[in-house]
Amino acid sequence: MDIYYTKDHEWVKVEGRRGIMGISAYAVKQLGDITYVELPEVGKEITKSGVVCTVESVKAASDIYAPVTGKVTEANSVLESAPEKLNESPEDEGWIAKLEISSPDDVNDLMTPDKYKEFLKSLE
Amino acid sequence: MKLIYEKSVEGRKGVKIPERDVKHYPALPDNLLRKFPAGLPEVSELDTVRHFSKLSKENYSVDSNFYPLGSCTMKYNPKALEEAAALGGFRNLHPFLCYSPSGKHSISGALELLYNLEKALTAVTGMDEVSLQPMAGAHGEFAGMKIAAAFHASRGEERKIVIVPDTSHGTNPASSAMSGFDVITIASDKNGEMDMDEYKKNLNGSVAAVMMTCPNTLGIFNRNIREVCELAHKAGALAYCDGANMNAIMGKMRPGDAGFDIMHLNMHKTFATPHGGGGPGAGPVCVKKNLADFLPGPAIIKGADGGFSIIKRPRSIGRLAPFFGNFGVLVKAYAYILLMGGDGLADASEKAVLNANYIKAALEKFYELPYKRRCMHECVFSASKQMEQGVHALDIAKFLIDRGFHPPTIYFPLIVKEALMIEPTETESLYTIDEFIEAMKDAAQEAAEDPELFKRHPLSSCIGRLDETSAARKLNIKYPEK
Ligand SMILES: Cc1ncc(COP(=O)(O)O)c(C=O)c1O
Repeated sequence: MDIYYTKDHEWVKVEGRRGIMGISAYAVKQLGDITYVELPEVGKEITKSGVVCTVESVKAASDIYAPVTGKVTEANSVLESAPEKLNESPEDEGWIAKLEISSPDDVNDLMTPDKYKEFLKSLE
Repeated sequence: MKLIYEKSVEGRKGVKIPERDVKHYPALPDNLLRKFPAGLPEVSELDTVRHFSKLSKENYSVDSNFYPLGSCTMKYNPKALEEAAALGGFRNLHPFLCYSPSGKHSISGALELLYNLEKALTAVTGMDEVSLQPMAGAHGEFAGMKIAAAFHASRGEERKIVIVPDTSHGTNPASSAMSGFDVITIASDKNGEMDMDEYKKNLNGSVAAVMMTCPNTLGIFNRNIREVCELAHKAGALAYCDGANMNAIMGKMRPGDAGFDIMHLNMHKTFATPHGGGGPGAGPVCVKKNLADFLPGPAIIKGADGGFSIIKRPRSIGRLAPFFGNFGVLVKAYAYILLMGGDGLADASEKAVLNANYIKAALEKFYELPYKRRCMHECVFSASKQMEQGVHALDIAKFLIDRGFHPPTIYFPLIVKEALMIEPTETESLYTIDEFIEAMKDAAQEAAEDPELFKRHPLSSCIGRLDETSAARKLNIKYPEK
């Protein structure tokens, strides 16, 4: 599976038309302790850069944006009762939604892990 | 301290209600009676008085100490305003008197006050007409966006988008969304002003309005607002000004003159009425002439004989509150305006800005200042230097509690990492502000020397450091728990 990142710190792992998305370790560190995840509904149509769902932390409520256009096929219901999973394992167990991707080309302007690392350095 | 429920003793009563002795009236029917007791604590009057007196002592207010909560304008509320609102002629009015022919004379003074307040607000804002109905800032925004929607609908135009810069207050996009609009957020440039190229790119025939907080939540005055308004108008859109930060610009700049079509004010921020724990507030919405018909609620008009009456606005977006909103708050705001006078209001703004810049200059060496410009009524630092030691804005806020200060706003605005947003207001003395600056310097020093110890604050408050994460994750506000 290839993994890509957005400038807003979402990640998406892609295999053909199937994808999994979440938010990056950097994003989670910025947010601090996550206290609530408002998961997207299964079947929700999402547009690249549009809002998928909201995450609340002790600091703020933040919108999570879609890295690609498509449809939500599953939401990680574990996060409902255990939002701390997002802090503990943001890029694995703390995934937010599984997606059906409309256009695989959507990832072309996203960042590879190396590019994303560079991008994070530029934010310092 | 125990909860009042924990002080409850079965059978104890504060008030004894006498037996019903009007036997000729039928008793309440069964379906209106409680099936089980209300579940109130059983305490005596003295228990109750002591409980709430103790609680009030643990409370923190601007009457007891400095309250530099950015974005909130926690200025002192002069006590004379309370006296004005307590005058029998205002306090004892029944709101239904507006609708009774015989009540007319007893409300004419109240109507005159509201009418004069509207006129005073048009003078301060440069707008043409006002509705005093909205009961909070966000309520005023909601009214304003509903007016924008009604305006476009009246011209047969369907415009679905509201443009909001990322330095606008969070209620701005929320009010737009509540009014049925889609929100486009525009990022700020390095000066803390809305990126004009991005703005122009997004401006088109489907934009209903641009919504600017002015000055913005970085405490920065956007120098391009005239152009922002002009461009909006060229595209057929309206320009909305969130005037909740008016404390920075009273008597200096009028949003109406800059080209804004709609704005709201926060009486509980700018016009010295209390922030009553989330209410009651007042957030009058002000508009230019061409939008006046859409204002919420009735209009007050002055007749040829000098008398006042109420008329319905035929194209109004409707009522947003009963009667005239929070009337008592409006009395206080009007009293404040009379107390200050026009020059006094301008002087308040000057001092509010001066105080914020004084703090900015004094602390610039100790805290990162993300936007290095003159600020308006508030200044926004970042705790990013302290974060290198693992100390966060939250820890600095907790430290200040031990020094007797209310913490500033933290983690807002969102575009500043580890934000510390300080708004001193005009009402603080140089002495108090200097003490606060010392405390902030000490915070920076102690955070650098012993970050672990630093994170244990507050040590002197009635309850120590709270576990905010658990409080949010396992919210428990029920007693008893079952
Ligand atoms: C800039 C700004 N706009 C709007 C509001 C919302 O006002 P209210 O809390 O009365 O709804 C606030 C409140 O802090 C504010 O700072």
